[in-house]
Amino acid sequence: MAATVLSTRGLRKSFGSLVVASDINFTLPQGVRYALIGPNGAGKTTLINLMTGMLRPDAGQIFLGEDDVTSLAPAERVKRGLARTFQINTLFPHLSALEAVTLAVCERRGHAGNWWRRLPTHRDAVDEAYGILSSLTLGDDGYRPTRELAYGQQRLLEIALALATRPRVLLLDEPAAGVPRGESATLFSVISRLSRDITVLFIEHDMNIVFRFASRIIVMVGGRVLVEGTPEEIAAEPRVREVYLGNTRHA
Amino acid sequence: MARVALRAVSGPHGYLQAQSRWRWPEVAFWIATPLPFLIFPTYLQLASQIAITALFAVSLDLILGYAGIVSLGHAAFFGLGAYAAGLLSKFWWGEPLSGLALAAALAGLVGYAASFVIARFRHLALIMITLGIGLLLAEAANSASWLTGGADGLQGVRIRPLFDRFPFDLWGRTAYTYSLVVLFLTFLVARRLIHSPFGLSLRGIRENAVRMPALGAPSRAYIRKVYTIAAVMAGLAGALLAQTTSTVSLEVLSFQRSADVLVILILGGAGRLYGGILGAIIYMVARDQFSGINPQYWYFWIGLLLIAVVMFLPNGLLGGLTRLASWWRAHLLVMPPS
Amino acid sequence: MIGSFAGVLFDGFAYGMLLFLLSVGLSVTLGMMNFVNLAHCSFAMLGGYVTVTLMDRAGWPFFATLPVAFLAAAAASVVLERALFRRLYRASDLDQCLLTIGIVFVSVAGAAYVYGTLQQPVQLPDYLRTAVTLGGLRFPVYRLFLIGAALVITVVLVAALEYTRFGARVRAAVDNQRMARGLGIDVDGVFAVTFALGSGLAGLGGALAIEMVGLDPAFAFTYLIYVIIVVSVGGLASIGGSFVAATLIGISDMAGKYYIPQLGAFLIYLVMVGLLMWRPAGLFGRR
Repeated sequence: MAATVLSTRGLRKSFGSLVVASDINFTLPQGVRYALIGPNGAGKTTLINLMTGMLRPDAGQIFLGEDDVTSLAPAERVKRGLARTFQINTLFPHLSALEAVTLAVCERRGHAGNWWRRLPTHRDAVDEAYGILSSLTLGDDGYRPTRELAYGQQRLLEIALALATRPRVLLLDEPAAGVPRGESATLFSVISRLSRDITVLFIEHDMNIVFRFASRIIVMVGGRVLVEGTPEEIAAEPRVREVYLGNTRHA
Repeated sequence: MARVALRAVSGPHGYLQAQSRWRWPEVAFWIATPLPFLIFPTYLQLASQIAITALFAVSLDLILGYAGIVSLGHAAFFGLGAYAAGLLSKFWWGEPLSGLALAAALAGLVGYAASFVIARFRHLALIMITLGIGLLLAEAANSASWLTGGADGLQGVRIRPLFDRFPFDLWGRTAYTYSLVVLFLTFLVARRLIHSPFGLSLRGIRENAVRMPALGAPSRAYIRKVYTIAAVMAGLAGALLAQTTSTVSLEVLSFQRSADVLVILILGGAGRLYGGILGAIIYMVARDQFSGINPQYWYFWIGLLLIAVVMFLPNGLLGGLTRLASWWRAHLLVMPPS
Repeated sequence: MIGSFAGVLFDGFAYGMLLFLLSVGLSVTLGMMNFVNLAHCSFAMLGGYVTVTLMDRAGWPFFATLPVAFLAAAAASVVLERALFRRLYRASDLDQCLLTIGIVFVSVAGAAYVYGTLQQPVQLPDYLRTAVTLGGLRFPVYRLFLIGAALVITVVLVAALEYTRFGARVRAAVDNQRMARGLGIDVDGVFAVTFALGSGLAGLGGALAIEMVGLDPAFAFTYLIYVIIVVSVGGLASIGGSFVAATLIGISDMAGKYYIPQLGAFLIYLVMVGLLMWRPAGLFGRR
């Protein structure tokens, strides 16, 4: 029985009369690849914001492994191994990809507060950053400013930044959003090659990708978990088909 | 395209080394700084003022150009340094170096305290808080005329000669040497900071403050640190002013001073470390040349300049020059394909 | 004692109404476009000088100049918005700040050049310079007029916001710009009109301010501080917030200057910094 790396209990959040999260209980075991799906406005990104600490829940708890992290600041949760990517590119436009990932690596290694040694002297950090970029096919383009990169490359950089924090749990918010069909397959093959030391939860709308890469699917509608199960179970579930009436084809 | 290929060959280490290497224009600039002794011997007081203003501008660049903190009240630390140095010389001893250190330390202490407030805010609230703190301090200094001399300025500032040998006289030889050395040493520190991992994190905060906590970065702690460092540097500049001119008046704390240094930095180009120096040189020389002009009209042209810079030259003069240089390189020095 | 206290309260309230007129435009436009317009009080100053010019050089009666002050400020704001501001809606806070500070510098210098640096006197009609006595207390008619005018304008603004179609569009654009655009609302157009209205109100405020606080070239900056305090305290895009904040600031400033004059402006800056630290989004704001 795999250990649980991330779980929530009774998570609740509303903005006035708008309920965005209602009694969310879910568990993420070590090493899995779970998908979080649901129509727009179902609260998927909100759930990620709650789990990472960018939003404070009204009630409920969040556990990273055995530890209750509900009151921890976002940066603290990252230090404990919880990383996420953003649905809309949240990058550093004028920094080069290499600088950006080096920033993240130095942060993780605890060097980021160091102001008396020049950056090039931190050889290990730079090597690690370059390694991460290369593994995501961004090595050669790492010297150009982020805003000059192609959109698909920027999405990869999103993931590179998250990986630089050496997470135990990686929450991907629509990693292939806006990326053309061909490239999104490459992007996901990169994700699937990630080590099993990292547990992945991804939000995705493309059902082909979901059924190919996820071992289990969680369906959210209107702020609550509608149903969860294996791809086969979800494909057969009439309630899910109702929600996605005629919108997708399944595998 | 050719330039990227060149970088790829030297690898990530070469790329980062190239960023922090001393470029020849930099070296040439610093070598040229003693020139005023030879070429403009009667303008050494002005040169000293320029060095002081440049130091002040560089301190603002650290928080504004690199960390993205818009401060309309940075003169608070400049003024604190000035009054501290002046009061120290009046009531205790007038030895310049120790006075300098103590004044800068005081400014740094206040900066550290203020940084706890500063780090919590962004956008308009931050702008207004920095403005408010600056105005508060100016008002306090005005009211506390028993200490500061009020509108008449601080009386009884007595600075001893440097090393007991070099007096601060009207010629300005000691003043310029002193200011220049302090500027250079402080600049070296700032330069180091910019090219360190901390400098990279500061740029990260400026580029995308939301992403930083998502990378585990304690943004607020970094902001507090850089704000304190900038306060120390601004305090150094203010103390230099007090010591080299033996006067301290209320204007060192005024909004005018905060606005001036902001204009200077933007004119030269923020986020480029040398922008503040370039802006200071141009601004102070121009102001000296046009010193006969009614201050009203001076600010008319400054206003137009600000508008022009924001609309047409967003990265200041240095940014414009850099763009010109890379255009030059791209179009006129293209390598033929092999 | 009570007499002077009531006097301070009344004067402070009138002053607050003036601040409200000056600030409400900035509050709404800041809330809508997040455009840091530090030149807002330059429009107020323009309105003031228009009134002075029309009355002194052209002999117009006071009330006739008020609509012109409003229109002149609104027109000037339209010109500046089209030519400059529009390009900086997506620019950084710093750029917007610098541009508008530049405009303030230019306007202050321009006003000094044309009108000199002294305060402008204005000759009010006789009936406005009298006072009404109620229960042993003396209420200057001009201040009553100021209060009355401001209250009427407040009611009109609130009604327009709640009950007109344009008002609905304004509220939508403030709430969620992207959604408003998606619904087909011409947000840029709505903003341009709102901006003109807000600047026009500032111009009107500037004209009305002459008798109460005086007009000189430094007005654009001196009252900017107060306006920003009101907006910071009252919250963005909130008419009610601006109203309450302006009243509070007006009364506390009056009281401070009356009871503890040696503190000068110190008190009001302290209030601003303190309130901003406690509630960065203002007392009523949402951001």
